[in-house]
Amino acid sequence: MLVRFLSRAALPLSASFALLLVGCSGGGSDTIKVGEFASLTGKEATFGNSSHEGTLLAFEEINAAGGLLGKKLELITEDNQTKPGETANAVNKLIAKDGVVALLGEVASGRSLEAAPICQQSKIPMISPASTNPQVTQTGDYIFRVCFIDPFQGTVMANFATNTLKARKVAIFTDVKSDYSKGLAKYFKERFAANQGTIVAELDFNGGDKDFKGQLTAIKAAAPDGVFVPGYYTDVALICIQAKQLGLNVPLFGGDGWESQTLLEIGKEAVEGHYFSTHYAADAASDKVTAFVAAYKKRFNGKVPDAMAALGYDSAFFLADGIKRAATAEPAKIRDALAATTAFDAVTGQIAMNPQRDAVKSAVILQVKNGAFKFVETVNP
Amino acid sequence: MDWLLQQLINGLGLGSIYALIALGYTMVYGVLRFINFAHSDILMLGAFAALYLEPHVSRMLGGPQSILGAILIAAVAAGLCALLGILIEFLAYRPLRQRPRLAVLITAIGVSLLIEFTAQHEKVFSAKTQFFPRLLPEHSFQLGQVYFSSTDLLVPAVTAAMLAAMWFIVQKTRTGTAMRAVSFNQQAASLMGVNVNRIISFTFGLGSALAAIAGILYAMKAPGIEPLMGVQPGLRAFIAAVLGGIGNLPGAVVGGLVLGILETFLGGIPWLSSYRDGIAFAILILILLFKPAGLLGKATVEKV
Repeated sequence: MLVRFLSRAALPLSASFALLLVGCSGGGSDTIKVGEFASLTGKEATFGNSSHEGTLLAFEEINAAGGLLGKKLELITEDNQTKPGETANAVNKLIAKDGVVALLGEVASGRSLEAAPICQQSKIPMISPASTNPQVTQTGDYIFRVCFIDPFQGTVMANFATNTLKARKVAIFTDVKSDYSKGLAKYFKERFAANQGTIVAELDFNGGDKDFKGQLTAIKAAAPDGVFVPGYYTDVALICIQAKQLGLNVPLFGGDGWESQTLLEIGKEAVEGHYFSTHYAADAASDKVTAFVAAYKKRFNGKVPDAMAALGYDSAFFLADGIKRAATAEPAKIRDALAATTAFDAVTGQIAMNPQRDAVKSAVILQVKNGAFKFVETVNP
Repeated sequence: MDWLLQQLINGLGLGSIYALIALGYTMVYGVLRFINFAHSDILMLGAFAALYLEPHVSRMLGGPQSILGAILIAAVAAGLCALLGILIEFLAYRPLRQRPRLAVLITAIGVSLLIEFTAQHEKVFSAKTQFFPRLLPEHSFQLGQVYFSSTDLLVPAVTAAMLAAMWFIVQKTRTGTAMRAVSFNQQAASLMGVNVNRIISFTFGLGSALAAIAGILYAMKAPGIEPLMGVQPGLRAFIAAVLGGIGNLPGAVVGGLVLGILETFLGGIPWLSSYRDGIAFAILILILLFKPAGLLGKATVEKV
């Protein structure tokens, strides 16, 4: 009982303590301290390391160009080991002990949601590079993100289906077990109807199913021009295989849940020619992307940056832009500057902050071609 | 009309898999009167055995996707799983044979979880979905607007062959006679000179071999396999076995086909597709309300 009471009391206490510290140290030190929390080890270490490398590269570039406000930026990184509970520890430490003026992190929405209340209470701006769950920024006005939220991809794919695929009749095949899938389907439906398109069939599956032929036969009977499948890659691969077996030869398309090498490994030739939306493409035709990819390759032994690396990089430059416009390293002023962002040029597209502090930006469409993901086009919101 | 035929073919393919798994459940139940919940995990292990055997067999035969290779892979995987089934029975179920049946049932659930979580460990198979290689060249056929593949034909054919083989073993061989004797009364059977332990081991081996073959066919239909792949079809097959009349071999097949076809048809109705399992199971409850012993099961009166 006592322990529980203590841990409950500890949070606001440490938060106000942190505020005091920041207040004292803000002007005097010769660096601007920025905290980062990421899953550098554990189950989702690949995500955490990618975003960390992107962030690190951005800090090195900023400092090489002379820093900000005449000071160098100092990145203090904490590893949460992909474990629940560790993020809160890391964030409390960064705020209370290190006295950071802003925080960058995390990729996973679950761990961002753990950090957000602490940052909000301490009034330290937090920028998530890649958490797409709408709840993250709803925590409070100090929480930002540089990626779009899940449902937005539904809107993007509806525009893509109408304008690029010239589809008039589309079927939707939703994973009823997943909020992500249902969110995308809902926004797709709204925009596609607004584009004068018709939804000819709506069917559901359960994530983890292995047999989709019953539903796919019904979809085929409705004769659509394309099928929107906002699922995850393992289910999508099997859906593509079975659609092909049933002679359903129209384009299938979905969201970033498709983006995995496993889709190609399992789906093989059955996923060829299908489309999905995502945050960024390394082969996009943009100077910003080309420069970023070259710098990243040089810094990290020829590794091609993935979406998480690009978003990690963007989150750092987005913060730097805010600090520059605030012309001070005070957390509250940085927050105001970040919230007022209208056109920040990022690697993953131009970013504007909406009133919910979610990034309004473009998405890219990729197509599976010859066993790889190829950039098709950029779609604006 | 095309639509109806297409759904029948889809349902038959799915139902045959359920039927094959249900055969294993029902065999073990027939002899031991208990549900081996680890059956669905043996199915998964069968698929993974085939995954790891495939490169070796292909190299040995000088090329992938040969009929001989597929039979060899299935036979070795079935053999391995049979041994494992016998081992599980020996280690986990045999020591509890004289205990209340509930103890064995709980143990079976424990064995099932043990296999599932061991398999998900990173050093074993890991939790991620892996591609299952093609064991046979796949052909697709088209009749008007009805499409089917060679796998759609293979699965029902294998199920039919396995049902015939099981029926032959149980009804026409000495071992089968002994199995039926053990099923009626273990004590009396052992007094008549039947080696009860050996018969039970044999039954487990046979059931596990069936599970392995079902797992391989399931993986051929949906070539992404992971350590929990057996859970869903295992549950359906268990229900199929009960629906057909548990302990009854043709009943298991009928139950599996009914369930597979029901699921496929319901899945194909737009407004109902998300309720398909609910509706399928509601129909099963209705059937069992009117025929409590299952479709082909004999109603027995419990002696008091």
